[in-house]
Amino acid sequence: MTLHDLFLALPITFVTLWAVLLIVVEAAAKRAQLTFSLTSIGFLALIAITLVTNEQGYAFGEMVRLSPYSQFANFVFALSGLLVITLSQSYLAKENSHFGEYSIIVFIATLGMMLMACAANMVVLFIGLEIMSIALYVLAGVMRKDLRANEAAMKYFLLGAFSSGFFLYGISLIYGATGEMTLFKIGIYLQENGATSLFWVGLSLMMVGFLFKISAVPFHQWTPDVYEGAPTPSTALMSTASKAAAFTALITVVLNVSSQTENNANWKFALSTIAVLTMVVGNIAALSQENLKRMLAFSSVAHAGYMLVGLVAANDAGYSAVLFYALVYSLMNIGAFGVIALLEQHRAFTSASDYAGLFKEKPLLAGVMALFMLSLTGIPPFGGFVGKYKLFAAAVESGQSWLAVVGVLASAVSAYYYLRVVIFMFMREPQSENQFDGVVMSPTLVWIAFFVVILGIFPTGMLRFVSEAVKFAFKM
Amino acid sequence: MGSSLLSLTIFFPFLFAIPLLFFNREKASLSKFYALAISLLVFVMAASLLMNFDPSQGIQFRHVALEAWLGEETDVKYVVGLDGLSVLLFAFSALVFPLVILGTWTSVQKNVNEHLFFLLVLETCILGIFSALDLFLYYIFWEAMLIPMYFLIGIWGGANRAFAATKFFVYMLTASLIMLVGIIYIGIRGADLNGGIFTTDYQKLLNLDLPFTIQAILFWLFAISFLAKAPLFPLHTWLPEVYAESPVSAVVTGVLLKMATYALIRFNVGLFPQASAYFSTFIVVLSIISIIYGAAIAFAQKEMRRVLAYSSISHLGFLTLGIFAFTEEAMQGAILQMVNHGLSTGLLFMLVGFLYERRQSDRLSDYGGLKKVMPLGAMFFTIAMLSSVGLPGLNGFVGEFLILIGAFKSPVLQNGTYAVLGAIGVILSAVYMLPMFQKIFLGELKSDENRRVSELNLRESVVAVVFVILIVWIGVAPSSFLKLSEKSTASVIEKVQQKSSLTSK
Repeated sequence: MTLHDLFLALPITFVTLWAVLLIVVEAAAKRAQLTFSLTSIGFLALIAITLVTNEQGYAFGEMVRLSPYSQFANFVFALSGLLVITLSQSYLAKENSHFGEYSIIVFIATLGMMLMACAANMVVLFIGLEIMSIALYVLAGVMRKDLRANEAAMKYFLLGAFSSGFFLYGISLIYGATGEMTLFKIGIYLQENGATSLFWVGLSLMMVGFLFKISAVPFHQWTPDVYEGAPTPSTALMSTASKAAAFTALITVVLNVSSQTENNANWKFALSTIAVLTMVVGNIAALSQENLKRMLAFSSVAHAGYMLVGLVAANDAGYSAVLFYALVYSLMNIGAFGVIALLEQHRAFTSASDYAGLFKEKPLLAGVMALFMLSLTGIPPFGGFVGKYKLFAAAVESGQSWLAVVGVLASAVSAYYYLRVVIFMFMREPQSENQFDGVVMSPTLVWIAFFVVILGIFPTGMLRFVSEAVKFAFKM
Repeated sequence: MGSSLLSLTIFFPFLFAIPLLFFNREKASLSKFYALAISLLVFVMAASLLMNFDPSQGIQFRHVALEAWLGEETDVKYVVGLDGLSVLLFAFSALVFPLVILGTWTSVQKNVNEHLFFLLVLETCILGIFSALDLFLYYIFWEAMLIPMYFLIGIWGGANRAFAATKFFVYMLTASLIMLVGIIYIGIRGADLNGGIFTTDYQKLLNLDLPFTIQAILFWLFAISFLAKAPLFPLHTWLPEVYAESPVSAVVTGVLLKMATYALIRFNVGLFPQASAYFSTFIVVLSIISIIYGAAIAFAQKEMRRVLAYSSISHLGFLTLGIFAFTEEAMQGAILQMVNHGLSTGLLFMLVGFLYERRQSDRLSDYGGLKKVMPLGAMFFTIAMLSSVGLPGLNGFVGEFLILIGAFKSPVLQNGTYAVLGAIGVILSAVYMLPMFQKIFLGELKSDENRRVSELNLRESVVAVVFVILIVWIGVAPSSFLKLSEKSTASVIEKVQQKSSLTSK
């Protein structure tokens, strides 16, 4: 390890050091507000670093690899983290769980995600995954007195630990098959020697771990319970940034072993089956959900399915579409959970029918929520549409138009449950007068909505960036 | 200058709709005058485009922006322009909006600002649809239009509004998503013409020569979306609900349905000429079913708006008949008839709306004898009705006549039967329209409510007069309107005949 490495990996170095600083400050001052402010500064600095630096290359002896690819991923994680802690402050205060540690743990979860996105070695990948996961287990159970949150945290922990086991076992088998831990060396080995069945077992086990994290069918069962029970801001982070992290890492792994997967019919079949199942099951299950958080949980399953379409397409267009979608999806989903959190802390509003008449009393809040719902459905001119378009275009381009057809039909189904929320907000009378008095609109939500619209109308710059970034995901 | 004026016209309503959200909610009349002024300005701009339009040229006022919108590796951009197929519909759409704002001046009372906001947003989407020359851009306008429509029906509709809005939305979304797959696919095929770069540029794609099977698949991917919106039997079930619930039915009739028939000419016929010729008989049969079926159901309706809704299905069948007969007369007639139907049924919806405002009832049985209390209203209703049933001297006659003549001469149909069946539809329209007039205006003034119904006021009369002027104008001097679409129609027909004769060899 040289000084050069530390500077090359500046985002990681910075986040690690800042996290230590945060822990020290929190331990000394014990003031949640202060820790929150410092964490926000940390996130802002991280965003600034990702925007300014564009160093690339391997650091720490080929352990991590910095490139525009990880740069983009870091940007998504930092933005998500910042938005989540901002939206969670008043929520946690209401729930008597306003601990400074909350912000710190979100920050550390981000560190795990960053390691996943830039990992060049399977060990680092696993360490990143564990840092992120353990942080998320804690975030799910941060409201210690809440029984449901405890249940959620416990479920998430048990299943998550199980899937980590699979993941680790997969890593060891791949190591056994190829004798390498570094991803690009595995790639070279496979190109020269081909894959053994041991390698395929290893890769499949690793995939189980990934699919669990992105909650793809059939590894999605934990999602609704955990999303519902966990504090809403934590759910927002779980459903967005952690999925983005899993997808970025997944793309890196898949690209490095692409010499084997590219023309493998079984692999294609397995992945496209999972993608279809995930889209269909997610959307159909969401139809019958009364509880909004459960609905969004199944919807997040469905969105993982859309992103898997990009992976099945297995071309640059597909991978860059996944990256773009990860950003847009993070924004709109955090926005939707942000609105839910805002109303949940006011009163125990949990189902769509509780939102009846919101437009009449809080038109801005209702408008913003409608925007997120329409964007999640994939209606132009919002960002969700451009993301979906790019994913499905990639599928058609790779000759799998049928996947695009399943995808669009699944999105048409999704319109029904997203619109239900809009119907209640705009087209029904409130259950009682003035029940939304005291709900304070958060300016953060307006910002998120603004970005979602911008990404929908002027996506050019961002699309250019992701298509550049994806070229760096696989380079020796 | 001309090019940016077109873009300005398209986005003007949207840009100036945003301030409406911040207007004082208590002072609704200020918002109304503001929105009216905006929509009138848009109309003036659209009218000046129409004046400067040169019928002997192809696409005009072309404006390109946002090159490589979706990244370098794709040729997707913002391109708008008008040609003979679209210029009249563009200007007509811009005219409908001020009239609708005037017409719903007092009938919309809650959330006036938002209502006007969504109306103006809708105007931008519709103007965009009529001028987009890139398939991707077209799709954005086409689907974005669902959002204002959804809220207009869902917030300001009748008792069953949420259901109607959702049905409309899901119906349209499903259909248009299928079209999206078609757009992506044709874009990939278009790469052959464009140096290997994905393109959705309409003018480039016009030169695409696709094998017949691919054309056939793409034809249906697009057609399902347009036929559902048109709507053609059997995809029409959303329409009666929407008409019955919507406060802005006149917009729906006037322009919304025309977007679909316009798109059929522009995209289906323009891009897939062989497939269009091949499937023309099938579509024409569906059109005839729509004409007769719509008329029969309209006859059985007991509510004013439902009669008009089914009559629209019947009239829309004429448009698709005219398009898929593939003769210049029929297609010109269809384009003119798009405007005509917007005028006649648009005015009828306006008048029904005025009646509803006075009487709060949609049932025909509640009315009767109103001619005595509102002679002016009865007169306007008569003119609109006669225009709708195709009385010579009024606009409806010109369009229907051209369509039927064209259908008789049609080389693809090769059979006069369709034209005869279509002509029966014209007669049927009198069968359901005249009793409706009779039930509303003739007979005794039975109830006190009917006796208290007031005559049309100045504002309402102005709206009606504008419609009537155009109805008579097109009826008396159709050639100046037909001239606009002459050249574009001829080139479309020529292309179809050329391509389809190739298949038969």
